[in-house]
Amino acid sequence: MLEVAGIDVHFDGVVALDGVSLTVREHQIVGVIGPNGAGKTTLFNAVSSFVTPVTGTITYRGRSLIGVPTWRLAHLGIARTLQGLGLFPTLTVLENVIAGAPSRARLAADMLGFPGSDRRTETLREEAMANLTELGVADRAGAYPGVLPHGVQKRVIIARALMARPSLLLLDEPASGLSASDVNELIELLRTLRERMAIALVEHHVDMVMAVSDTITVLNLGQVIASGPPDEIRANSDVASAYLGQAVAHA
Amino acid sequence: MRLFVIYTVDGITNGMVYAAVALALVMIWRATRIINYAQGAMAMFTTYIALVVIRHGAPYWLGFLVALATGLVLGAVTERLLVRPVESRPPLNAVILSLGVLILLEAVAPMLFGGQTQSFPVPVSNIDFVVGTTSLPVSPFAVFTVGAVLIAMLLLFLVFQRTTLGLRMRAAAFNPEIARILGIRVGRMLTLGWGLAALLGALAGMLAAPAVYLYPSNMDEVLVFGFTGAIIGGLESPVGAVTGAVGVGLALSYVSGYIGADLAPLGGFVILILVLMLRPQGLFSFGRQRQV
Repeated sequence: MLEVAGIDVHFDGVVALDGVSLTVREHQIVGVIGPNGAGKTTLFNAVSSFVTPVTGTITYRGRSLIGVPTWRLAHLGIARTLQGLGLFPTLTVLENVIAGAPSRARLAADMLGFPGSDRRTETLREEAMANLTELGVADRAGAYPGVLPHGVQKRVIIARALMARPSLLLLDEPASGLSASDVNELIELLRTLRERMAIALVEHHVDMVMAVSDTITVLNLGQVIASGPPDEIRANSDVASAYLGQAVAHA
Repeated sequence: MRLFVIYTVDGITNGMVYAAVALALVMIWRATRIINYAQGAMAMFTTYIALVVIRHGAPYWLGFLVALATGLVLGAVTERLLVRPVESRPPLNAVILSLGVLILLEAVAPMLFGGQTQSFPVPVSNIDFVVGTTSLPVSPFAVFTVGAVLIAMLLLFLVFQRTTLGLRMRAAAFNPEIARILGIRVGRMLTLGWGLAALLGALAGMLAAPAVYLYPSNMDEVLVFGFTGAIIGGLESPVGAVTGAVGVGLALSYVSGYIGADLAPLGGFVILILVLMLRPQGLFSFGRQRQV
């Protein structure tokens, strides 16, 4: 469904991505790993139209995403979380999640408070609560994000991304800062979510990526150095020397 | 004592007009981190348009609605055509731009509407209520002024707090990048924010004009007083801005009444300078200091 083919991204003459390709199929979980500065987040940023590749193509269900404004992606069924937490601190958890529903042109109706507008607001509220329930944090709906533990905030971010009812979910470091038990729950969650959508995740937590992914792409210095199923990646000597080191050799 | 009551009522009435301007400034600041120095001039312009409509025989209320609608459009167009291109540039660009819009509007207004001072009609009497033989220190127009600003504030509050549209506007203002990822058309939200702010400014223009009369720079002082109120309130806080602006209205009314009317504008500047010197982050803001 997502086909990134041979993209180059440059920043002020520095090559951030060099001929990078990535394929995500329906209901697949694809992991992207690599050391700091390898270009993992830049790859997501290219898919999200935050940066424009100088060469190469990005297509989603046959449609080119290059030049498509970022805001439209959620409407096309592509949701994303950012590396940081990215919750709005002045909105409650519930409001944060509702804000994740892609907007429609209901400006006048909303402003004038038409009954249809109220109904839609109520539907969004119910959907947001359902997502919070699925993520196990419904009891925090009325809280402000700042007072919540890191793990809970991470769940709220995923609940918010689900409001777009995505076909493709891009997760940028979902496991960072999570405890071991939270990571295990995250793995279970991703396995559940894949029934409904494809997932691509950028992650430093290699064990987690190995456990959950169907295929893994390894980036180093802006280039793909390996791509394949977890066992293949684990056995790849280039990967071991470039990134994974002894830790994974023993894993 | 009676004088004190009169000055207090005047202060609150004027303060509510400043509050509308202050709130408009805060809305734009929160959405785009820009102080719109042209807020007053835009209000002057829409008030002139209302006057043209009324002079052509239309009822006051049609002129009133036309002013608000023109304000909405003028604010939206200003954001879309002029502010958007400088939004990612250094802040000084936007400051110079808004000063440019101020100068442009004050230069174009006399060409279109004449430069002389003109009186402006009121929808209800501005003669104080009389009960029996006692004159109360408040006029129907003062009640209308306070009521209109309060209603506008209430409607804005409801839009921002109770609708998904308002939620998206707040999200877009807080973090455009995340808002875009969530599918929010940030550009549209900012355009709408500017439009709503200018609508509020247009309301202030209509309410101020009967007292200050209508001429191309008639809103300059109102802008300074509204700005002072917004600064006192910390520029981030709508409640702070309204409270600050009403405080400025009261202070100026007492200065004007007890010391001398000529000193009122000076009083406004003294308050502004004192606040910037002693508590530049405003009385309602607890964040880091801000450059103004």
